[in-house]
Amino acid sequence: MSTQIRPAPVLRSIFVNAPQAHAFEVFTSGIGSWWPKTHAIGDAELDKPVIEPRVGGRWYQLGIDGSECDIGKVLAWEPPSRLLLAWQLDPDWKFDANLVTEVEVTFMPEGEGTRVDLEHRNLERMGDRAEEMIEKVGSPGGWTAVLQLYSEASEK
Amino acid sequence: MTNAARLISALADPTRRAVFERLKEGPRPVGEIASGLPVTRPAVSQHLKILKDAGLVADRSVGTRRIYYIDPKGLGAMRAWLDQFWEASLDAFKLAAEAEAKKTKKEEE
Repeated sequence: MSTQIRPAPVLRSIFVNAPQAHAFEVFTSGIGSWWPKTHAIGDAELDKPVIEPRVGGRWYQLGIDGSECDIGKVLAWEPPSRLLLAWQLDPDWKFDANLVTEVEVTFMPEGEGTRVDLEHRNLERMGDRAEEMIEKVGSPGGWTAVLQLYSEASEK
Repeated sequence: MTNAARLISALADPTRRAVFERLKEGPRPVGEIASGLPVTRPAVSQHLKILKDAGLVADRSVGTRRIYYIDPKGLGAMRAWLDQFWEASLDAFKLAAEAEAKKTKKEEE
């Protein structure tokens, strides 16, 4: 019998000196203005990610060559206060339609600005996938990408 | 030290990273991990202990040998990575949102 380790959700908060509706707008339709260019999936160079503004909308990455790579989808679309996204990238940075981890982002007015809280949860579901991948002999280590980024981050 | 900090420092050392890389090929006993690396076996054991404490590596006994492998359920590395990813992304988002807000305000004036 094995014990499932549940990693704690990633919780991040930030105060933005801008009105709530504006913060929501920049986070969603303006995602191309802030999403790190270094975090491209697929082979094409990243142009910008796109979040389609509706429940069931796609969240994908547009390459400069016009190619599209899925990241996930919109699970809840409640402007200007809440957004729930499905992040469907496995630890190998590949889209997996069967994997759903949730990213919930809330926008709360605070003074003249907005407090943005982000929670990335259900990470243990990645564990199931990671385990499957590692068990597959000959599959390139699911940790390669993470390790690569790690070493880069730690050398900064 | 937070979990993320522990993970990062665990992999910051090049030898330790080499030890971890060895395990990506599959479970290995200490002797096998050490062969080919320019460090002593006790040093490798020490590195393995740190990787184990960081939740990156696990071990099990097979007969008299101890086999080390990447802990697939640890997920620590993935979580720490995502934590950093969102921290950096939100910082960038804040800058973008505030720059846009400033511009809009100026245009209104």
